Amino acid sequence: MHIMEGFLPSPWWQAWFAVSIPVIMYGIYKMNRLVKEKREILPLLAVAGAFIFVLSSLKLPSVTGSCSHPTGTGVAAIIFGPAISAVLGIIVLLYQALFLAHGGLTTLGANVFSMGIVGPVVAYLVYKAGMKANINFYAVVFLATAFGDWATYVTTSVELALAYPAGGVLTFAGFMSSFGKFAVVFAVTQVPLAIMEGAVSALLFKYVVNVKSDILIEMKVIEASIVKKLRGISA
Amino acid sequence: MSRKLEIIVLAILLVFTVQFVYMSSTTDAEYGGADGEAENVINDITGGTYEPIAEPFWEPPSGEIESLLFGLQAAIGAGIIGYFLGYYRAKSRYEDDLGYKDKSKPDSDRQSQ
Repeated sequence: MHIMEGFLPSPWWQAWFAVSIPVIMYGIYKMNRLVKEKREILPLLAVAGAFIFVLSSLKLPSVTGSCSHPTGTGVAAIIFGPAISAVLGIIVLLYQALFLAHGGLTTLGANVFSMGIVGPVVAYLVYKAGMKANINFYAVVFLATAFGDWATYVTTSVELALAYPAGGVLTFAGFMSSFGKFAVVFAVTQVPLAIMEGAVSALLFKYVVNVKSDILIEMKVIEASIVKKLRGISA
Repeated sequence: MSRKLEIIVLAILLVFTVQFVYMSSTTDAEYGGADGEAENVINDITGGTYEPIAEPFWEPPSGEIESLLFGLQAAIGAGIIGYFLGYYRAKSRYEDDLGYKDKSKPDSDRQSQ
């Protein structure tokens, strides 16, 4: 769930735009360069974007008795890095803001920051750390995408708590009190959904490794030796 | 091809589904959107004084239209994923199994045999 249209007062919505716009610009620059250098990357970029499209359209019920949706940005973050994921994320956020009244144009900056930037950054860092620790590749993908998803909603709670601190004045205590309330709504609901997102993302990666592992090796996502091992088991 | 990962993912989905069926039949949870609940929290904190600074300039006129557009979003995404994974799969098959290698020059006269 994204922050709804109109629900971030000044100066917060401007502030989140100010943070997000440079990242988007950098992402567009990186994406253009990548596509120019490696044309064959384009279909994979489309798959990563489409995955965000599918996952963020699925509103799933959670144990808390309310619904929310996964983000799907972790896959893009692992393959292309956080900046390009932010660009893919903004496409989905615009679609939902314009056609579904889900999220909004004034809150776009904040929503891009949580779903397009923080989520992918967390997914990317978890992925890199996990691969270094030599854990099973699919388990690492699971952890990275699940934590990325979850971080998105924790960030949403932070954004709302900053804008609506308890007592009306932004103090640490007020922030923490509001953060607790928003986190109950967003972060707790999201736990089972993050697990689902991690599982489905790992599955998508399995198919990508099976049919197009050379591109992942070229992008330095995984090493050739790991691909060999994975395909030895699963091919 | 080993199906271990598929089985694990299916098991997770199954646990999730069973949990949902059980919960929705034993409790009267509404399963509304979490953003609606966030709105309640905002009202709670501000004492209901907050006026949204902007309204969506177009809203789906009904729940049906909304689910249509969400369905469309999922369909577009699923179509793209299926198309390109199929494309890659066929491509790697031709290259691996049939020995057809279209190296750096696709315009060469090399043909599949």
